Amino acid sequence: MSKSQLTYFYYKLVNRPHLVLGSVCLLILGFLVLTPLLEIIKDSLSVQSYDIAYLPEADIGEFTLFHYERVFTGPLSKALLINPLLNSIGIGICVTLIGVSIGTILAWLIVRTNIRYKGVFGTLAVVPYMMPSWVLALAWLSLFKNDRIGGAEGIFTYFFGILPPNWISYGFFPIVVCLSLHYYAYGYLLMSGALASVDSELEDAGAICGMNRRQRMLRITIPLLLPALGSAIVLTFIRILGTFGTPALLGLPVRFYTFSTQIYASLNASNNGDAYVLALVLIATAITCIWINGRVLGVRKSFVTLTGKGFRSREIDLGAWRWVATSGVALFLAATVFLPLMILLWESLLIVPGDYHLENFTLEYWIGDGSIDETYGEPGVFQSDNILSSLWNSIKLGLSAAFFNGIIGLLVGYAVVRGRGHLLSKWLEGVAFAPYIFPSIAFGAIYIGMFSTSWGPVPALYGTFTILVLITVVKNLPFTSRTGIAAMLQIDKSIEETARVQGIRWIKRMVRIVIPLSFSGLVSGMLLTFITAMRELSLIILLISPSNMVLTGLLFNYNEQDMSQHAGAVTLLLTVIIITGSILARMVSGGFGLSALKNG
Amino acid sequence: MEQIKLRGIKKSYGKEMAVQDVDLTVNPGDFLTILGPSGCGKTTLLRAIAGLEEPDEGEIQFGDRIVFSRKQGVIIPPENRNVGFIFQSYALWPHMTVEQNVTLALKEKKLSSAEVESRLKNSLEMVQLETYRKRYPSELSGGQQQRVAVSRLIALQSKILLMDEPLSNLDAKLRTEMRAELKRLHRELEATTVYVTHDQTEALTLSDIVVVMNKGLVMQSGTPYDIYHHPDNIFVAEFIGDPQNNFFKGQIVEKNGQLHLDCQEIVFPMKNRYSSNSRKVIATVRPENINVSFQEQKDWFKVTLKSVQPTGANTILQVKLGTTKITLLQPEFIRMKLGEPLWVSFDPESLNFFDEETGKNLHL
Ligand SMILES: Nc1ncnc2c1ncn2[C@@H]1O[C@H](COP(=O)(O)OP(=O)(O)OP(=O)(O)O)[C@@H](O)[C@H]1O
Ligand SMILES: [Mg+2]
Repeated sequence: MSKSQLTYFYYKLVNRPHLVLGSVCLLILGFLVLTPLLEIIKDSLSVQSYDIAYLPEADIGEFTLFHYERVFTGPLSKALLINPLLNSIGIGICVTLIGVSIGTILAWLIVRTNIRYKGVFGTLAVVPYMMPSWVLALAWLSLFKNDRIGGAEGIFTYFFGILPPNWISYGFFPIVVCLSLHYYAYGYLLMSGALASVDSELEDAGAICGMNRRQRMLRITIPLLLPALGSAIVLTFIRILGTFGTPALLGLPVRFYTFSTQIYASLNASNNGDAYVLALVLIATAITCIWINGRVLGVRKSFVTLTGKGFRSREIDLGAWRWVATSGVALFLAATVFLPLMILLWESLLIVPGDYHLENFTLEYWIGDGSIDETYGEPGVFQSDNILSSLWNSIKLGLSAAFFNGIIGLLVGYAVVRGRGHLLSKWLEGVAFAPYIFPSIAFGAIYIGMFSTSWGPVPALYGTFTILVLITVVKNLPFTSRTGIAAMLQIDKSIEETARVQGIRWIKRMVRIVIPLSFSGLVSGMLLTFITAMRELSLIILLISPSNMVLTGLLFNYNEQDMSQHAGAVTLLLTVIIITGSILARMVSGGFGLSALKNG
Repeated sequence: MEQIKLRGIKKSYGKEMAVQDVDLTVNPGDFLTILGPSGCGKTTLLRAIAGLEEPDEGEIQFGDRIVFSRKQGVIIPPENRNVGFIFQSYALWPHMTVEQNVTLALKEKKLSSAEVESRLKNSLEMVQLETYRKRYPSELSGGQQQRVAVSRLIALQSKILLMDEPLSNLDAKLRTEMRAELKRLHRELEATTVYVTHDQTEALTLSDIVVVMNKGLVMQSGTPYDIYHHPDNIFVAEFIGDPQNNFFKGQIVEKNGQLHLDCQEIVFPMKNRYSSNSRKVIATVRPENINVSFQEQKDWFKVTLKSVQPTGANTILQVKLGTTKITLLQPEFIRMKLGEPLWVSFDPESLNFFDEETGKNLHL
């Protein structure tokens, strides 16, 4: 290459800051996202230390198909693969159907009809999304615990004297109920956005053509909503496949395994090879779902987002049903939002679990110093250094993950949108979405492996707080990069170009123009990360060490040790903090908080 | 004042050539307009001058300064070219007040605050927006937003101004007003200006030089008078003028030692000799250059009236001579009945002749 050609390419590069930025992002994210995948594949194909018992001849690290044979064809296959897979898929299908249906009906009622108290309902409907998903599971246990695993019995038994059968207390049924009552909020978020943007003039046009109300619904509204509905179904389904907390609480006591709890069990037994094979099956399932959705419905062909113009959205008059619908929704929200929290509060006020007499009430678990026997020597929530330091760690984790995710979302969004048309932009978008399909548990396991020794310039991070932040940031990339992209798409290219020709440098353009204009989008993306980081369990459960314990980890421990008062108190504390935090953030960003949740 | 010189500029998007081989020189202080149909590469060329687009080939020079050269490997980024640019969408920063919009770049240049203030005051005065300093763009009308964009441009005191259809979002009345403002501004700032439009009235009223482009090529570059009266080729003759030129296809014949263009129903006299008689030729004549009489005239062509469209000061008449349609433009408000006869004649001086195959003006 001649010198002039070299300088030409140098200039070309300098002239495209988004390309440089995009390449850097792609390299770093590629390392953080794709190496884990390669590691999973590599480890699943090589002999692990645990396997020596079965393969005495082999050397550790040697190539082997042992794990695949064990999982797919061996005598353990049924227990390791088939049952958990069927359980997970069964739960996934039921929860998706129930959750998305409830969410869609709720969204339709709140967005399109003249139901009362829309504002309150709209806010309450997303609260389950802010609570840790296992709050309901804990509340369920308090209600319906039987004597199966020892400890005190639940409220139901206390009042009615009947022990609930196992299928009510544990396993498939309660898992489906609890998850459905959590994930409807996700369906609601996705569908209310889509519904709000269907122009009711289109429906009126149908009426003019002589269609009746049912025909308009079937021929116009539903086809327009199908793409959004399809994505809602697939995205919810994938999340449920990977969910851990609820199936762990309600399934493990009766040895009812789902995919994620089976992975956890294998990892806990140091049987990494099996765990990774299972993780790969889960990833493949997720990819297949996304692919089918893309083939059948065309994810990109979202009709509803095409018009940006203002339009009327006419309310449907429910007539006499108005009050029925209003009270129905009110009851439902009360039962899914307030009831579980009330049960947990109640639980946290009992000296001896299982005894619901007034004499048994106490504030020991909140403000006690741990001197009475019943508290197992653990001080109350506001006295315990353990809990307070975990709380502080959780907040630190939430804030720092939100901060870094905000920045990365901004940069990735900028590089993707400005580089539209380049391959780089596509790759970056793809890599940023990839963490969505990793089961959290397996992701955590890989990060232990990846960062237990130093990696070139990257020091060994195992056991540090940094690795918690790192993995939370990476796992949340799909959401933040999408909010970043959405925010950038709203900034017309010429807005930045006009600054360029006026001689304003790149850094200054970012600081003075791009960031302020995308600020509300960024804040909502950061809020979303904060919420998910605060309530995250499965992702970090394998990575937390006593020195950097977070609230969710502590909660899991309390529950394993059957300390239900502490578990209830800590859950309440966590929920209150998350909700307060998001209200604060929404006030700061001017009510944009919910739009981020929708983008997720 | 600075000269702008483009040599051999080419730019393609994938397979599509947006600009193919453009040479252009804008003299210091000139107001040059690029005119052409949609998609002909006007915006691409303008953006290449600003540096927002990199040509695949060619060279761009501002005065003695090479700002782009594929051969020498030079690309000066837009930040350092020091040009003023107005976008069709105005591209005001919506989160900043008028004042901040105008001064952001000045502060970035580290000018003293007294200097910034005086430039701000001066530029807002020039567009009569002094009282709107603290307003946000969303609180201004379209015309006012446009003027903010202009004042932002003035404050920078660039020697080169580039504008991409700056008036296309305004209504007709405002557009006429702003046109006069831009012309005044150009005189006061003495900046070399390249102005892109597809509105010919704008091009003809504003410019020192008009460049007509089609399909990424320059079709003609010249004064508004030349472009209008002496189009270089059929494309320009067709594109410029509203109502359009009249076209007559015919063959050159010799009658009584005098050359004529025989278009079957009409025969045009020709002033000059033409070397080959056999070639096919197209004659054009502007609607307003056709002589019209409402009484019978000897040797004139009799035509019948097919439609009358008064536009106020003028009237467009469509007439037919046998099967040939002719458009006429009369500088008065005419009220006539359809089907009435008229008489028309053509001056040899107002005719242009083009080779039918190459489309080139034969300058006969
Ligand atoms: N970023 C781009 N990517 C691909 N093709 C482009 C791009 N920008 C312009 N083009 C193509 O290049 C050609 C010239 O476009 P350009 O914007 O310069 O036209 P224009 O003369 O400004 O038209 P208009 O009067 O409609 O603004 C068009 O055919 C257009 O489709
Ligand atoms: Mg254009």
